[in-house]
This record gives sequence, structure tokens and C-alpha cells, in this order.
Amino acid sequence: MIWGVLQFPGSCDERDALHACTLAGGEARLIWHEDRDLGGVDAVVVPGGFSYGDYLRAGAIARFSAAMEAVADFAAGGGPVLGICNGFQVLCEAGLLPGALLRNEELRFICRQLDLEALDALTTPEGGKDIERLSIPAKHGEGRYYAPDEVLDELEAKGQVAYRYAPGENPNGSARDIAGVRNEAGNVVGLMPHPEHAVDPLTGSTDGLKVFRSLEKFAG
Amino acid sequence: MTTATPKYRELGLTDHEYELIVEQLGREPNDVELAMFSLLWSEHCAYKHSRKLLGRLPTEGERVVMGPGENAGAVDVGNGYAVAFKVESHNHPSAVEPFEGAATGVGGILRDVFAIGARPIAILDSLRFGELDSVRSRHLLDGAVRGIGHYGNSIGVATVGGEIYFEEPYEHNCLVNAMCIGFAKTADMVRAAAAGVGNSVVLMGASTGRDGIGGASVLASAELGEGDDAKRPTVQIGDPFEESKVLECCLELLEKGLLVSLQDLGAAGLTSSAGEMASAGGVGIDLDVALVPLREPDMEPFEIMVSESQERMLGVVEPERVAEVRAICEKWQTGSAEIGVVTDSGQIRILKGGAVVGEMPVEALVDGCPLYDLEPADPGEWIYGNRVTLAPGASAEDELLALLAAPSIASKRWAFEQYDSVVGSRTVRRPESADAAVLQLPESGNAIAVSIDGNGRRVACDPYAGTVEAVLECAQNLACVGAEPLGLTNCLNFGNPEKPAPAWQLDRAVTGLADACTALGVPVVGGNVSLYNEGPDGPIYPTPVVAMVGELPDPAQVAGSTFVAAGDAIALFGPFSPTLAGSELTKQRGELDVGLPTPDVEKVTNACAMVRDAVRAGTLASAHDVSDGGLACALAESAIGGSVGCRVDLQPLRERGCSPEEALFGEGAGGFLLSGERSALEDLGAVVIGAVGGTTIEIAAGDRSLVLGLGGAESAWRSLGERLA
Repeated sequence: MIWGVLQFPGSCDERDALHACTLAGGEARLIWHEDRDLGGVDAVVVPGGFSYGDYLRAGAIARFSAAMEAVADFAAGGGPVLGICNGFQVLCEAGLLPGALLRNEELRFICRQLDLEALDALTTPEGGKDIERLSIPAKHGEGRYYAPDEVLDELEAKGQVAYRYAPGENPNGSARDIAGVRNEAGNVVGLMPHPEHAVDPLTGSTDGLKVFRSLEKFAG
Repeated sequence: MTTATPKYRELGLTDHEYELIVEQLGREPNDVELAMFSLLWSEHCAYKHSRKLLGRLPTEGERVVMGPGENAGAVDVGNGYAVAFKVESHNHPSAVEPFEGAATGVGGILRDVFAIGARPIAILDSLRFGELDSVRSRHLLDGAVRGIGHYGNSIGVATVGGEIYFEEPYEHNCLVNAMCIGFAKTADMVRAAAAGVGNSVVLMGASTGRDGIGGASVLASAELGEGDDAKRPTVQIGDPFEESKVLECCLELLEKGLLVSLQDLGAAGLTSSAGEMASAGGVGIDLDVALVPLREPDMEPFEIMVSESQERMLGVVEPERVAEVRAICEKWQTGSAEIGVVTDSGQIRILKGGAVVGEMPVEALVDGCPLYDLEPADPGEWIYGNRVTLAPGASAEDELLALLAAPSIASKRWAFEQYDSVVGSRTVRRPESADAAVLQLPESGNAIAVSIDGNGRRVACDPYAGTVEAVLECAQNLACVGAEPLGLTNCLNFGNPEKPAPAWQLDRAVTGLADACTALGVPVVGGNVSLYNEGPDGPIYPTPVVAMVGELPDPAQVAGSTFVAAGDAIALFGPFSPTLAGSELTKQRGELDVGLPTPDVEKVTNACAMVRDAVRAGTLASAHDVSDGGLACALAESAIGGSVGCRVDLQPLRERGCSPEEALFGEGAGGFLLSGERSALEDLGAVVIGAVGGTTIEIAAGDRSLVLGLGGAESAWRSLGERLA
């Protein structure tokens, strides 16, 4: 399995994501934002950071990059795409995922290890529906998930809420404690917390590996 | 009739200094030259009141890769890798505009580190404000914390530690000291000396504007006072995105071997970077201001030369490689312009479209500033105020609660949660989980620990002993995570050196720093000096901020500072004889006075070595140094962090001659609070004083014995956030 990790000017977590992908299993390489060709990778990670400085609005400029055009095609073909933090914002801006990420309720950046509930089959290769708790750090200033109520109802009905903050753990005022969502087909997933920073027992936990591995089943 | 003040005086030069400039030039300087001299001869750039003292510091050591004089110091961490680090102040800009002041403080220190070819991997910060009940202090705190977070988070460098103290003397003049740690292949590192006559001088990064003009002389080298709002335009504006691009660009250029040398543009902008590069290389430089990309079209040559616009770097490049360098800048979407050439003239020549508009000998500009001797005088008495905030006759429980809730002691979670502490995948110990930040270095197969410290109140009580304590506290913090010190850097924040009391404080503190480092065997690999930190009520507490970097072989063998399991024994270790002098309790009682016992550096050093070995051997469950608020606060912190109570008897301290209050709340160097198996603690020679367990903190201390519920202690210790909400 070959993972491709996009790199924009202003990306911060791309090297960490690269490392996490290799630990999850497989090879990983960076994909420069100006590349229209993804080079035949099996899965794409849109990493965290502040792409293009997050000027205008988080993710608003990155979505127009050549690499994101390629990612849209790749996703349409059923290829697995994981957006983390800024990557989640980019995927929402690109219309590959529903909803938007707004300023945190308390208007401050927050960095905290917290518990997530993985709500659907995505996290278990076996296709189980069990809620699994994951300890993963979140770090963002604009992570409050928002969508109109009818959209939220539909996401819940279709099982598109991939990750929720565990009770009492919602750090940013996200609607219905939503930490991450997926598209209807399930191959495009975005979440605000950082699974790539939860791959080493020395730095906190290894629960993040499950998030990466949950995408393997969509790989060509 | 009145005579107008000569321009050089407005720019901060004395009559004597101006005469020297005229003498060295053989004529009166023009406006461009005067602007450049006034900045490079400012305290901030020339260290004219401190340089003589700094010669006392030990700078040599086996592991030193780069020492003072480079953009940052660096030590060898093995396997061909080095760790670079530096602390720098951004006090006055932060006092005027805290968000941008602190943000650009971080931006500046990052540039110092990648200027030597090291990738920044961590930021720490050391902050001082007035008391928390001051609206101004809360405003400055809020802005500074947001500014540090904004810059560090956006550029993707983890902020892994730091400290914040709140004391009245910082009310008008807060301190914002930022530290950056970098990691590099030793072979890829680069010095700042320009070399190679005929080589091109390339300016990279952001364009040049009118921001920050005169920052070094106007802000950093004079006291703050009335009308500081008018100085706001001298504060620079930071853009972490621009820095992120120029950082990646410079590291790629260095990796490809395309730069002869590299220097960041900080205080005094192009003037100081070009001047210092030429001076270090023993060459001259011609710069044409018409070639500098500008934000505004009509900037004067002197403005271009002294602008402190952020996110700019100056590189020396062989002419045939300029095109390659510029292509890489373009890839990173960052600016580049060939603005000058290295010459053998020994002169800095400023041209505008080919016409000379300024010409000065490099030596006069960079090293010609006269160095001054201080005229120190011991004031012999407590020159700061005292304020009673703790009612006389309070119970021991109430005293402990008051200390835990003291903003300087209380948990700083409110602040550090605003910082990304995990990016980079190196952070093995996050803030408040251990006494020092620990970063793993898989490339070199080991880890480093970093601690930053400097209790200004104690230094005010005794500048010598207080500074020795600051160094020892760092060493103790490193020992608690199993690290051995490799090197030290510092930022000396003091008042006006032209006044006798601050001069005396500075003189004594530097001697203390030198003596402690010499005795510990830790070289000083760099430093920064920030003087003229005064408000209308007088100088700040003398504040030498000390930062120490140590190495540990195995990041998996790191002790935390919090209790782990009920049933573990608790022990006291080290040459610890606490007193109430300069303590937080004495502060709250409004009884601060001069005098502090002088620590025994050798005994503390030996204790550090023993704790370090025990941590590395994995025989301790926790290790925490006894610091602010004394043993009672150290116990409470270990208990709260571990969510488990403790029961101890301080009789062993009583037997060392301590009163019950001194045993509970007394401060001083050399104390370690350890927990683990009883036999392991006894083998170490530690004195077992009790055990971990229960849901209360129970401390037997004669007639000051106390019992406090863990919940109550935790609410007091975690109260900072709600008080800032």
C-alpha cells in the first residue's frame, strides 16, 4: 500500500503524517501541491497545518490547488482520502465532505489529548459497528463542526458521522459533538483530531493507527 | 533662545559616541550612516553595558559545536547530530503591543535557529507580568499567550514548556523571552560569516516595509514610559506563513549546499545582518537599496537599511549558483533579490541605483562602539514594594491553598493548551507532566530535555544566590527526567545599567551565573541581554532567565513529576535546607527583604547525578524538584497530577533545624521529592517521609500539621483559567 501525503506551503503535520502512514503499514511519499498527478498512490492524506497561511478562510485557497483537483478525481473513483484538521477543512471547502469548520466556541486555539468515539464501520476492518474509544490529540483554532440541522439529521441517518467527541470532551462547540465525518461512499473521511500524533506510545497513544488502517479497505 | 536637540541624541547616541563616529569616519556622518551607527551602537546590538561582564562566563566544553557569537549556540548530541538553542527577549515590543510583540519574538528566535541550518523542533517561553488583579497585566498576558500560540502553531513548531510569573515590578514592563530548539546534521550547519570576494548577497523572504523602524534603539534600549502608545509603529508585524516558506526554503538551500553563509534579519534589519556578516568574515559588503523589494515605493535609503520587517534572511551565494537559489525561493513562493556583493574593501557601502549614499568601515560600525564599565552599588536594602495578600494567622491549610492558587504557582494549563505541543512527533513529556520537556531524537537514537527558569523575586533578594539557584533549578529539572546537562543559554533581563542598583544586580547575577556554570561544568553557548526594563516605579526584578539543554539515552526511561500508585513510598532527597527568605509565602505576607542563603553547588550537583542515574535505571516512580511554594506545594502538585493523595511527616526536615513553616513552605535549592519502592529510595540515600495513597494530602509538621482534600487542592491549583475567563 502506498500512501500519498499532500504538501502545501504552510502545511505543518505532513512529515508526521508520512511517518504515521509508514507505521500503519506501507510506503508513504509527499505530493507537492502543484502536482496534478498523484503518482499512482493507493490512498491520500490531506494533512494538518495552515495551508497557504489559511488566509481568507481555513482551507479556502488549498482547495484550488492542482493536487486537490487530482484528489477530487481520485475520491470520485472510490480512492481512500483522509483529511486531518486543516485537511478536513480543505475537504469541506472542496465539497468532498459536507459541513464547515468554524472558529472554536471559546475563540481560542486549543491543544488537548481527548477521547473520541469511532462510530461506524470505518474504524474496524471487520466491519463491526461497535463504538470504540480512541485517545487522540486535537489542536486547532477553527474546529467547530457546523452544518444545518437537516444535513446533520441526514448524516446521522446515513451513518456518515465517523467520529464523535466522547461525552464531556467536545473542545470547540461542534454540533452534536461531531469530530469527523465521511462521504456517503465512506472512502473520504475527515476529522479535526490528529491520528498522526497518536502512533507512538512514547508520545501519548497508538490509537491513531486505527484511523489510518480503517481506510485500507478502500484502497484499489 | 533654545537650541534644537541634535539628531544623534534623539537616536540614542551620546555626545562622546557621536564624536567617536566622526573621528572614525574622518567626517560627519550623513543621515544613512547616522541611522546605521545609532542602531548598531545601541545597547541592544552592541551590548555596551554588559559585554565586559559576559567575559566571565565559561563557554568551552567538549560537546560545544557553536558558542557565543553565532546566531545560536549548539551542542553535539551524537551520531553526527547537534542541537541548537537560543533565548531572546522581546520585552519592550510586547509591553507596547503584546500579541505582535510576542509573535515576532517567536518568529525572530526561530530565524536565529534555522539561520545556522537547524530545523526548529521546539519553542519554550518565559513570561513575566504584573499581578493578575491588574487589568493591564491580564491584557498583556492574554495577548502574549495568543501571540506565541499564533506564531508557533501556524509554523508547526511545538511549544513544549515555559514558565509564567506574576510580580508587581513587571506591571509596566512585562518580560517575553522566547526560546527555540533546533536539530541539525552537524555537517549541514552554517556560520554567519560572509566569505568569498565577488560572491552575491541575496535577500530572501518578505519584502521590506516601514514597520519596526528604530525598534532596537527606540524600544529596546531605553526605558518605557509615558506615550508608549506612540511607539506602536516601531513594533513589527509577524507573518508565520511567510516564515514557514522561508524556513523550508533556507533548509533546502543549505541541504543542497547552495549557501556560503546565512544570517537572519532581526533587530536593526539589513544594517546588522550585513554588518555582522562582513565583520565575522573580515570582508566588506556593497548593498544597493534600489534592488531591495519594497512594500512602499518611496522609502528612503536609511529606512530600507534599518527596517525591521520580519521574515527576511540574508544569504551569501556564489555568483554561478544564484539562479539555482532563486529557483528554489520561487518553488517555496518566497521572495529573493540579489542586492549586493562581497568586497575586500572592509567597508559597508550603501548604494542607491549605483550612487554611493553611505560608506563606513565595517570595524567601526560593528565593533567600534565603546564598552562601558558599570558603576554598581549595593542598595543594601529591599528596593521593591511589599503587599500583604494573606491574612496573618491563617491556618496551614489556608496557607497551602493560597500558595497553590498563587498565579505564579498555579497550573498554567490555560496558557499551554493554547499551544500546539505535539507537532513534530518528538514530545515525550508534555507541559506539567514532568519537570522538564523531553523530546525524542530518533535520528540520533536518544533524547533531549529542556528546562527554562528564573525566579526574579529571589534574584531581587540576592542577585548572586538567586542566579545560582536558577541554574541549579534547571539542573535539578533535567535530573528529574534523567538528563545530563550539555549546555546553557540565558537572557539577562535587568533595569537601567546606568543606575547603580540595577548595575549591581547585573554584576552579581553574571558572577553567580558564571560560578554556577563553572561548578556544574556546563558551558554557556549563547545569550541575550535586555536592559532598561523599568517602569515609572523603578526597575523590574532582576531576571536572569536560564535555559538548559540536557541529553538522555533512552526516551522510554523518563520519570514523571506526579505520583503513580498508592502504596509507593515518598522520600526527600538532596541538600535541602529550606528557609522562608524570598519565598512565595513571605511575598504573600508582605515581608520580602534582602538576603538568601547561598546554595552549595557541589552538593546539589552530586544529588542531581544520583537522581539522574536512578531515573535512568528506572528505579523511581516519580521525581519532582522542590521549588516555588516549598515542599507542601511540591507534594500537592505530585498528588494532584497523579490523582492520588499522600501522607507524610516532615520530621526529618525539623531535625535539620527547620521550623514547621520552613519545612512546609520554605524554599531553596537542592530538594528532590521522589516516590517509588521504599528499598530503591533508601538505596539512593533518600529519607522516606511517607507514602502515596488516599484522597487527602496529609502533612505532619508539628504545630502546623495539615490535612487537605485532594479536590480542594486541585480546584485552587487549577483556578487560573476561571480567573482569566
